[in-house]
Amino acid sequence: MTEGAVSPQHREPVLRVRDLSISFAQQGEADRVVDRVGFTLYSGQVLALVGESGSGKSVTAMSVLGLLPDSATVSGSIELNGNELVGAPGAELRRVRGGLIGTVFQEPMSAFDPVFPIGRQIAEAINVHRPIRAKAELRARVEELLATVGLPDSRRIAASYPHELSGGQLQRAMIAMAISCDPVAIIADEPTTALDVTVQAGILDLLRSLRDTRDTAILLITHDMGVVADLADDVLVMRAGEVVERGPVETVFAAPTSDYTKRLLAAVPTLAELDVATVTEATPVVAAGIEAEIEAQPDASADDAAVLANASVVFHRRGVAVRAVDGVSFEIGRSEVVGLVGESGSGKSTIGRALAGLVPIVEGRATVAGVQLAGSSRRLRRDIRSRIGYVFQDPASSLNPRNRVGDSIAEPLMVHTGMSRAERADRVSDLLRQVSLPLDFAERYPHELSGGQRQRVAIARALALEPRLLIADEPTSALDVSVQASVLDLLQELQRRLGFACLFISHDLAVVRRLADSVVVLRDGRVVERGDAASVLAAPSDPYTKRLLAAAPVADPEAQTARREAWRLLEEIA
Amino acid sequence: MNVWNHLRRDPWALAGIVVVLVFVLAAIFAPLITGINGQNPYSYHLGALDSNGSPKGFGGGISWQHWFGVEPLTGRDLFSIVVYGGRVSITVGVLATVIAVALGVLVGITAGYFGGWYDRIASRVVDVMLGFPSLIFMISLTAIVAASFPRPVLMVLIIGFFGWPAVARVVRGQVLSLRQRTYVVASQAMGAGSAHVLWRQLLPNVGSTIIVYATILIPAMIGTEAALSFLGVGVPPPTPSWGRTIGNAVAWFSTDPAYLLFPGGALFFITLAFNAFGDGLRDALDPRVNRRRSRRRQSATTTEAATTRAAG
Repeated sequence: MTEGAVSPQHREPVLRVRDLSISFAQQGEADRVVDRVGFTLYSGQVLALVGESGSGKSVTAMSVLGLLPDSATVSGSIELNGNELVGAPGAELRRVRGGLIGTVFQEPMSAFDPVFPIGRQIAEAINVHRPIRAKAELRARVEELLATVGLPDSRRIAASYPHELSGGQLQRAMIAMAISCDPVAIIADEPTTALDVTVQAGILDLLRSLRDTRDTAILLITHDMGVVADLADDVLVMRAGEVVERGPVETVFAAPTSDYTKRLLAAVPTLAELDVATVTEATPVVAAGIEAEIEAQPDASADDAAVLANASVVFHRRGVAVRAVDGVSFEIGRSEVVGLVGESGSGKSTIGRALAGLVPIVEGRATVAGVQLAGSSRRLRRDIRSRIGYVFQDPASSLNPRNRVGDSIAEPLMVHTGMSRAERADRVSDLLRQVSLPLDFAERYPHELSGGQRQRVAIARALALEPRLLIADEPTSALDVSVQASVLDLLQELQRRLGFACLFISHDLAVVRRLADSVVVLRDGRVVERGDAASVLAAPSDPYTKRLLAAAPVADPEAQTARREAWRLLEEIA
Repeated sequence: MNVWNHLRRDPWALAGIVVVLVFVLAAIFAPLITGINGQNPYSYHLGALDSNGSPKGFGGGISWQHWFGVEPLTGRDLFSIVVYGGRVSITVGVLATVIAVALGVLVGITAGYFGGWYDRIASRVVDVMLGFPSLIFMISLTAIVAASFPRPVLMVLIIGFFGWPAVARVVRGQVLSLRQRTYVVASQAMGAGSAHVLWRQLLPNVGSTIIVYATILIPAMIGTEAALSFLGVGVPPPTPSWGRTIGNAVAWFSTDPAYLLFPGGALFFITLAFNAFGDGLRDALDPRVNRRRSRRRQSATTTEAATTRAAG
């Protein structure tokens, strides 16, 4: 691999990594996770390290900070402003961390200490490298930093504790901390993965402006091709510790040369082209019409797999009633795939759980397979559950680690049927075949399987009783994009063949677009828009849906620039 | 298989297993072992004592005949007493642990899973039991119960009964976090009843905690039995017991230290051995130990290829 292909005009190289190899000692054997990686980061440049899990992208970034565990062996060279960091003494590395390189982590909630106010933690970071003695001056500096990262109410934010702020605000505060000592480079490790798309768009915009105004170099680590297209100037695609492709973003996305990059890009679900003009145009008339339609009672036919009519779910937290779902109405027709879309806290998962009878519906009606949920007997509710299959987000925790895969798949058969052991084994084999897994997987334990395989097992379990309704709650969010594509294909194929109705819950509009016949958009527990999937996702009428669509990044730098413009306009309107 | 592989590489755990095994075998085959020299823990050997009643010769009368010397005043063979004493100690320790674990798991797992008022009551009872001066209660109880009731059984019941609250608290804590796991919710979502969830989903996952806790509980139970016998309310004489022998030996310590050394050493070593074994077992059963992680990665990469092919 040569180190050309980057686009420095008259820029200073900030970080130069050459021949970097990292291996972890495992029971006497060295497990090489990064293999001869090299790149150069220039000031004012955003370089993205992209790859799926296990590609070594995060390990590479952590090695720059010297933050690898003791079992790691690092060879090669990492030069920061001409100073070698590999093998540098601890004091030197501490000067680099925070002083010359700022870091932004994935999970802002756990990156701050919960017992101190934000402002104090940022002040602490400043005092480590450039102590400011005068208290008033220090406070002014903290507030100035918070204002820089787009937190205008900086005095209040500085006095707040982490739990009092939203994820987006915390991530901005984290960035304020990262730039507190005017670093020459920022390492952003999946900075927006834990955030909602509308918040993500704001954070990406902030990082972009830091690059432009302060000439900061940014090393962006991400798995999301949309984020790369939105922010990066140059990209380095990694796979299993090796660099498979590098170059300017436009070139790599328009004409990828390596097969892996091609496959990766092809696996990313796409959104319909966003027409900036129509999206930004105000459409109050249509919105009112939709409102009226939502108000109307759905005409439930006995054939529907599930019907919700003005259903509400209320949680009590420390005596305070929270309406997680507030008067929601929609129906899932026979063999219909309904996409339920919304950001975190919109109540989408709660609706899925309510349909499965896991949380009670306090108002309104809900029927599943023609049976009324509220007021039905315990026995009947259990019976309804045999007509519902449920697939959860995290396949790692939805299978009991102590049970064999075959036993997990057979569990619903044990609960609801009187099948003999042999009959169950037959059915398990049949189900494994349907989800394209080898039959001997029945004897394995979940930890021996990859994420995608586990999710296939979870799907097999959900389909064991031939349900009328499959509730899939973010079934691919925890998976790599190429694995996600194959799981979505599988779901689609099974749905067509077996004809079950499906409630597909997701925050990802592109994933929903791929699978769903119709879409319901939720916000704060209410339905803001619903309709045919193609029309809602191509020409949304509700302002929230529009913002949601515009904020979702697509894996195409040109189209993404257009979307970004649309998003900015919508933000101004809102 | 995996667990054994891990234990084998842990010298402390291995030594613990060996010592425990030696003690258990010695207890089981006590008549055979003491029979080698034609000894038993009951016959008096007054000839081995001097006029004051203390053993003649070095180290409390250590000789070819009496490996650990003899008991002062009676001249009974101390080796036989220690070997036979292990029978009472180990049996009471293990059976009391079984009772404590069974009760503790039953209460802990149900309290953690069902929650609500049942959990509140169960937890308060556990708090009260833990704060209870159990030793005094045990002493008074042994005084009240009719002498015709077999003492070892009584001790198993009493010690076991006071052991369960600690187990219940640990198990309840585990279940509280486990019941939020998706696979438990998944089980409920498919309509499984409480018994099914408790038995099939939760119990296997607290299993390793229970096993480890039990191995650490056994030495504590043996210690309690010894303490009761030391205080004179344990197994009645002439049945040999470590605790009672230690109790008697304290008075003789200045003239015959070996009398305290052997039963005390036995108690010390079996307690240490069980604890070392329990510690090693906890490490071996901990899924975070990297030995499993590497295995998973290996098999995941080989099978991933298989699936992609199968999926087409």
